[in-house]
Amino acid sequence: MNPVDHARKLRERFGELFSEPIEFRGEISLQLIDSERIADVCTFAKQDLGFNYLVDISSLDNYGDDPRFTVVYHLYGLGHHCYLRIKTSVSEEKCEVPTVTGVWRTANWHEREIYDMMGIRFRGHPDLRRILMWEGYPYFPLRKDFPLAGKSSNVPEVAFTEPAPMAGGPFTTIAGGKDAVAREPRVRIPETDSLELNARVERRQDIKDAHGENFGPGPIEPKK
Amino acid sequence: MHTQTEVGYNSKVEGDVVITRLDAAINWFRVHSLWPMPMGLACCAIELMGTGASRFDIARFGAEVMRFSPRQSDVMIVAGTVTYKMALVVKRIYEQMAEPKWVIAMGACASTGGMYRSYAVLQGVDRILPVDVYVAGCPPRPEALLDALIRLQQQVRREPVISTLKRPGPALVKA
Repeated sequence: MNPVDHARKLRERFGELFSEPIEFRGEISLQLIDSERIADVCTFAKQDLGFNYLVDISSLDNYGDDPRFTVVYHLYGLGHHCYLRIKTSVSEEKCEVPTVTGVWRTANWHEREIYDMMGIRFRGHPDLRRILMWEGYPYFPLRKDFPLAGKSSNVPEVAFTEPAPMAGGPFTTIAGGKDAVAREPRVRIPETDSLELNARVERRQDIKDAHGENFGPGPIEPKK
Repeated sequence: MHTQTEVGYNSKVEGDVVITRLDAAINWFRVHSLWPMPMGLACCAIELMGTGASRFDIARFGAEVMRFSPRQSDVMIVAGTVTYKMALVVKRIYEQMAEPKWVIAMGACASTGGMYRSYAVLQGVDRILPVDVYVAGCPPRPEALLDALIRLQQQVRREPVISTLKRPGPALVKA
């Protein structure tokens, strides 16, 4: 049995509920059309196809698209050593999928994390509380429309949050700078940024990154 | 007949006596047995353990008794990243500590949030607790923590004990 066979069996059993399997580097992804059937699909995958290990559940925010969210289930069989990935879409209005805690108990914390970070609720979950942020926090921080610095919130007598000072963006140093001052982002003044860098940064032609680009910032146009 | 009487203190008869102020005496006791509450939250806690172990030996400064009960400790060493979720716990444990109490913010994260400019991290433990000494470093060397402890000792040595004890409310509220 290989992943392709498992995908075929799932499609035989559930028919038009699944789209064509997509293969990438030997791994199979299936798109489940109706997210309401995810628990049935997972029960079948565990009991009849031997996917007895739920590796992970993750979620994507396709901000601007409809449906907005995708929930991804990573399945593995300890008996046959095959992976299977099941994706299903959730709309922003609904924002709810059935829980799979009845199939794999480990789904409990995975689903709590998705609820905490993305705000997708899991119907039938035994204990759907936040797991990383504090109880009562009003936002879902992994959504694309949530800033990295955070938002301020205040629950009196419980806790508060404030936006973190970003000091001109995420802390990214510039590779190839001549000295620590050139590499250090916090000392740069945004208006004079490009001039400063042109003056200070020595471009390294001999180092390339994973995409084959020259390491370092390259020639810099002055800011308008 | 004129007899000579010794006026003043006779140490041969009455034994050794040291004269001091009560403030100085109490502070002397406190300075040399600051029991830490190890609030180890991240990698700084590893350096904190190193400071407590034999190579650096925080016992030389009387602070080797790491108490895992806040009710028995004097100084909370916040060692590591304080997330908002953990901030609730840190605050609660601080409030459980008996007066007088002090706080050392160990490392960049506890002092300012450090490199974690993020929605999840409290940007410095001084937003919820009164911090007495900040230690720079990511993580700080054990020597730096020992230096912070010595500085805290210098601070404790100067604190007015009696006048603050007479004041209503929690003792040693920073005026």
